Amino acid sequence: MTPERWQAAFSDYSTSSFSDYLRHAAPHLLPTPEPAARPAASDGHVAGVPHGTTVLALRYRDGVVMAGDRQASEGYQVAHRRIEKLFKSDDLSAVGIAGAAGPAMEMARLFQTELEHYEKVEGENLSLDGKANRLGAMIRANLPMAMQGLVVVPIFAGFDERAGVGRLFKYDVTGGRYEETDYFAQGSGGKDARDSLKKRFRRDMSRDEAVRAALEALLDAADEDLGTGGPDFQRGIFPTVKTISRSGITDLTDDDVRRHLEAILSDRGRN
Amino acid sequence: MPLPYYVSPEQMMKDKAEYARKGISRGKAIVAIEYRDGILLVAENPSTLLHKISEIYDRIAFAGVGKYNEFENLRVAGVRHADVKGYSYSRGDVSAKSLANAYSQGLGNIFTQDIKPFEVEVLVCEVGEGDGGKNEIYHILYDGTIEDEKNYAAMGGQSDEIRRYLKENFQEGLDLAAAIQLGVRALMVTQNKSLTERDLEVAVLDRTKERRKFRRIPAEVLHQLLTPGA
Repeated sequence: MTPERWQAAFSDYSTSSFSDYLRHAAPHLLPTPEPAARPAASDGHVAGVPHGTTVLALRYRDGVVMAGDRQASEGYQVAHRRIEKLFKSDDLSAVGIAGAAGPAMEMARLFQTELEHYEKVEGENLSLDGKANRLGAMIRANLPMAMQGLVVVPIFAGFDERAGVGRLFKYDVTGGRYEETDYFAQGSGGKDARDSLKKRFRRDMSRDEAVRAALEALLDAADEDLGTGGPDFQRGIFPTVKTISRSGITDLTDDDVRRHLEAILSDRGRN
Repeated sequence: MPLPYYVSPEQMMKDKAEYARKGISRGKAIVAIEYRDGILLVAENPSTLLHKISEIYDRIAFAGVGKYNEFENLRVAGVRHADVKGYSYSRGDVSAKSLANAYSQGLGNIFTQDIKPFEVEVLVCEVGEGDGGKNEIYHILYDGTIEDEKNYAAMGGQSDEIRRYLKENFQEGLDLAAAIQLGVRALMVTQNKSLTERDLEVAVLDRTKERRKFRRIPAEVLHQLLTPGA
């Protein structure tokens, strides 16, 4: 056997990465950049493409709370009222998507497969840093589409088993990865949610306190931002909330979220 | 110019088959048993790090005997096949049958075309969803021969005796502890020593689990399950 042949087993870096495998085995299945059908609008958004709006994550005593509103917007129109923006990526991490909803959901799906694939092939989980870097690479691969206006900028949060803490990461359009120590919110209402979290965030909050801070921030964002959907008591549409801790990911039920929101709104009505 | 030796095709295939069978029979055995909540896989494997039984997809598990590097290659290929299929269609569209066919094709091609056949046998198991869901167990041999098995399956060294034991002792609807004890007794039929949790690798496809049904049984739990009356 020639040296080149046995060395191939070492230099094949795609063995554990699903997206790398797809790139050389079935590139047509990858979300690839499309040629620009029409020019991007002046605000950088492609008209007629639904956009996810506000997602946020904040740390609390046992891990991270993630929350997102349920609306997707197309310009000034509501595209969907019940869209899900938080995706469980594995047992200990989740992605909150903001930006062009189609490519973002596709990216979340690819990311889920990527993590599960690694776990099955290698027999152990990627580190949280490893997961965050992989997501960064996927966002970077989306750059050509981002330049056409289909920007995807998720938040990634998870529980770091090695460090024993919850951690959260934000991204820029080039795949740049930045870790936040306390909280972050992304999307059209992201700034308003961040302002709200800035006032309410404290270190080592309990789960209930953190969930309440997250929902207050989403209410504030819905108040100020056209694209962010508020809770809809009539239709029974409430924000999604997930908590991520050592024991895994828990979804808050709609009833729990409704109870929190009613408490917040009645407190606000009183003042 | 020297003439190449003529070897008749029959002789060539026979030699290859014998070579592969020899390699496989040296390895330790694996059994698969259908139990109340799904499918149980028990392997004699003293290593806790190098697995013979693994997860392929939500409802599909893989087990291999023979040469480690060869069935490990097949396993990774299976994970890729399943993940690509699940990603390009949907998770529900990934089936053990198509994977077993792929293995059969692959092993068959290697057997006829390569000088050295793979010295492996693999099991591909799929647990049925819900109460009435039907389980599937495919057994693929070194030459690409494929069989679907019911209730139980065995492969590896002295698997004929193990299969005979399972045929006599298998019952439907066993609970997990009873199924594991049956599996371990079956593996012990061919040897004088008794097997403890340290010699075994055990995993199940448990249909009561959410989404990913594959679950390894850790040594502590296995110890409790193997202790009668506990």
